Amino acid sequence: MNPVLERTWRDPPGVVGWFSSIDHKTIGRRYLVTAFAFFVGAGIMAALMRLQLARPENTLIGPDLYNQLFTTHGTVMMFLFAVPVMQGMAIYLVPLMVGSRAIAFPRMNAFAYWVYLFGGLFIFTCLLFNFGPDAGWFSYVPLAGPEYAPGKRADVWAQMITFSELSGLLAAIVVIATVFKLRAPGMTLARLPLFVWAMLATAFMILFAMPSVMLASTALILDRLVSTHFYNPAEGGDALLWQHLFWFFGHPEVYFIFIPGLAFMSSIIPTFSRRPIFGYPAVVMSLTATAFLSFGLWVHHMFATHIPELGKSFFTAASMLIALPTAIQIFCWIATMWTGRLLLATPMLHMLAFFFILVLGGMTGLMVASVPLDLQLTDTYFVVAHLHYVLIGGAVFPLFGAWYYWFPKITGRMMSERLGRWQFWLFFIGFNVAFYPMHHLGLRGMPRRVYTYTDEMGWGPLNLLATAGAVTIAISVLLFTINAVMSLRRGMLAGENPWGAGTLEWATSSPPPSYNFDRQPIVRARDPLWEPPLGELREPTAEPTHIVGLAEHTREVLVTTVQDAIPDHRLAFPQPTLWPFVSAIAVAIMFLGSIFTPWAIVWGGIPVALFATLWFWPKREETDAAIAIEKRP
Amino acid sequence: MSHRPLDISGLPSYRFSHHSLMWWGVMGMILLEGTAFALTIAAYFYLWSQAQTWPLSTTPPELFWGTLNLVVLLLSAWPNHWTKRAGEDGDEPKIRIGLVICALFGIVLIAIRGFEFTALNCRWDSDAYGSIVWLLLGLHTVHLVTDVYDTIVLAGVFFFTQPLEGRRHVDVSENGLYWYFVVLTWIPIYAVIYLFPRVSS
Repeated sequence: MNPVLERTWRDPPGVVGWFSSIDHKTIGRRYLVTAFAFFVGAGIMAALMRLQLARPENTLIGPDLYNQLFTTHGTVMMFLFAVPVMQGMAIYLVPLMVGSRAIAFPRMNAFAYWVYLFGGLFIFTCLLFNFGPDAGWFSYVPLAGPEYAPGKRADVWAQMITFSELSGLLAAIVVIATVFKLRAPGMTLARLPLFVWAMLATAFMILFAMPSVMLASTALILDRLVSTHFYNPAEGGDALLWQHLFWFFGHPEVYFIFIPGLAFMSSIIPTFSRRPIFGYPAVVMSLTATAFLSFGLWVHHMFATHIPELGKSFFTAASMLIALPTAIQIFCWIATMWTGRLLLATPMLHMLAFFFILVLGGMTGLMVASVPLDLQLTDTYFVVAHLHYVLIGGAVFPLFGAWYYWFPKITGRMMSERLGRWQFWLFFIGFNVAFYPMHHLGLRGMPRRVYTYTDEMGWGPLNLLATAGAVTIAISVLLFTINAVMSLRRGMLAGENPWGAGTLEWATSSPPPSYNFDRQPIVRARDPLWEPPLGELREPTAEPTHIVGLAEHTREVLVTTVQDAIPDHRLAFPQPTLWPFVSAIAVAIMFLGSIFTPWAIVWGGIPVALFATLWFWPKREETDAAIAIEKRP
Repeated sequence: MSHRPLDISGLPSYRFSHHSLMWWGVMGMILLEGTAFALTIAAYFYLWSQAQTWPLSTTPPELFWGTLNLVVLLLSAWPNHWTKRAGEDGDEPKIRIGLVICALFGIVLIAIRGFEFTALNCRWDSDAYGSIVWLLLGLHTVHLVTDVYDTIVLAGVFFFTQPLEGRRHVDVSENGLYWYFVVLTWIPIYAVIYLFPRVSS
């Protein structure tokens, strides 16, 4: 513990200090807690829907509420849970893994969190007041257009997009800049932990994909608010334009939920196999290939539309092709486990579940990637089963594993292994009981998004089974929550590196100090903590092990070069401030107002500009402190 | 077992261009906003591909104001370059003059842009052609206004908060980089809005 650094880097005290924090660990924790709360909220919606469908002609929930529930469930899970929770993991872990004191643009990072939080609270509040969105999580026009969706429900959806995408885009820039410029000396790109590679790929995908859905939803709001005609065929617009723009985002989105799942796999499997990953270059190239290919798949969501057949064939081929890089990674993990010494702790169980569930989801993916089969299965429960196998198997199981794995780092205490195993098996069995029957329901013609069905359809027993599975999942998530809360108070103390892992986040105390590292490390291997201790292989004084010379009385960070992480310059970092929070409130007011009048952009823009200016405006004492240690290039 | 440290206290406290963290932040913004422009242009051509005639029910926009905007924007690259260079040289008197000239150029450009909207020969709600043209022009205008405002704020910092950190010179350089983005994106958008309807009909 270094008291000088602690005084320099800690969050300011008090309520104002709480809202002023710009520490990436604080912000990262808030992302995780918020996203988990949204996950539970959307999960309760799913449970309500399952209860409604448990028997034919059930009257628990009417059609109107049911529409709002499935729309909000999908929207929250995709936009407010799956993407932000992965970014939260990156925001907490990436700076630690690359050996930095801080995250790049820490104030913008805090701002992105507040915007995300407000967007999420907004949609939940709307649902409670019975104007939750009700046109499905991809909000197709014309259903969501001005003609068929009067009222404000579709606007709520579209504006929630603006919130969550703004936040996601800013967080992506933060991650990219951190990975490129704030790595520890010696951590060349070839030594970058696979977790960081995956989060970097994710951030770039977000950068290229999210503008598409922002454009789409802006055009939707304009159609609804000021009578533009982007999606109105009567005036030269086109409904399929929506589908193209949405899925040009939507398909990469599936992959930037999935690639962080791969990040967890590639971090946890080596640790619990007690060996470095097999085929590091192959995994990196596969990640990159997945990121690129995911932009060439979007039309496979549109096979039931009138696009040319040749186009469909191309997208079928691309959809098959993307299975290859995933397969390569799976084989690398199998090779890692095969040649290692396996340790089946709770995090590792979740990794193994990935293999089972994701591969099943991948198989049904190959099925729906072929046009004739897709025409039969589209909009049925088969697709519901497929997407849950892919997303829960590919992202949520690894995520829960990751929570068990990094919980000790974040909180300083271990989670209960016994409860963890119970939770895992309940989740695994409950998941398959809930979603496997949906394949059969889909094959038997049950459409998705129906609030009930008649007895004669014969869908009753399988639906009841699925509901039983859903209840099991709910119990398992409850158990996880209990485990987390209890472990937070009474868990075993973790120490620096409870799992004996190899990456840098385990080279500091648990939880890490506000300044991350007592001594900022210099890296000479892919798994720095697994390399032989200095002196065993080399001359004792051969190479430096850590850096000194950064200011301690003011926030100063080492910036290194992009490719080889050679020390480049020292950079003074900003102090905590309330402005990101205040600016986010102003932005939220502007966005909310623009649901009702376009002038909200003008009048709401004024405080936004004002607060952003005050945020940027140099403070005398900060400037003087920076000048005192300034060295011109 | 030795713990030999590497002393980095001799390193400079800021650097320009791709050395700087801010450059990567600005590049990130440019990438995502460039993507937004590209997608909007793609939407324009998508709507065109669905249409029988183009523009749908009107005549192409008047050339004068848009072309004037193109000329003035291209001219503004010169003071922008001069100011960016002054920033990289750390020459504060020159920076102040440069930022004022850049801001004046920007204000003139916003005024011209106002006239442009009146010369489009369509409204946003007349048909899908009008909608996409207004969106394209609006999107570029947002960038124009934002960067002019940034320039004015930056000028304010250089006039009113002496003495300054050297790091603010990096801000000048990055502000110049972003202005290039505003200038360069206008070339394809100008071609799409003003020239394409003339060659397509």
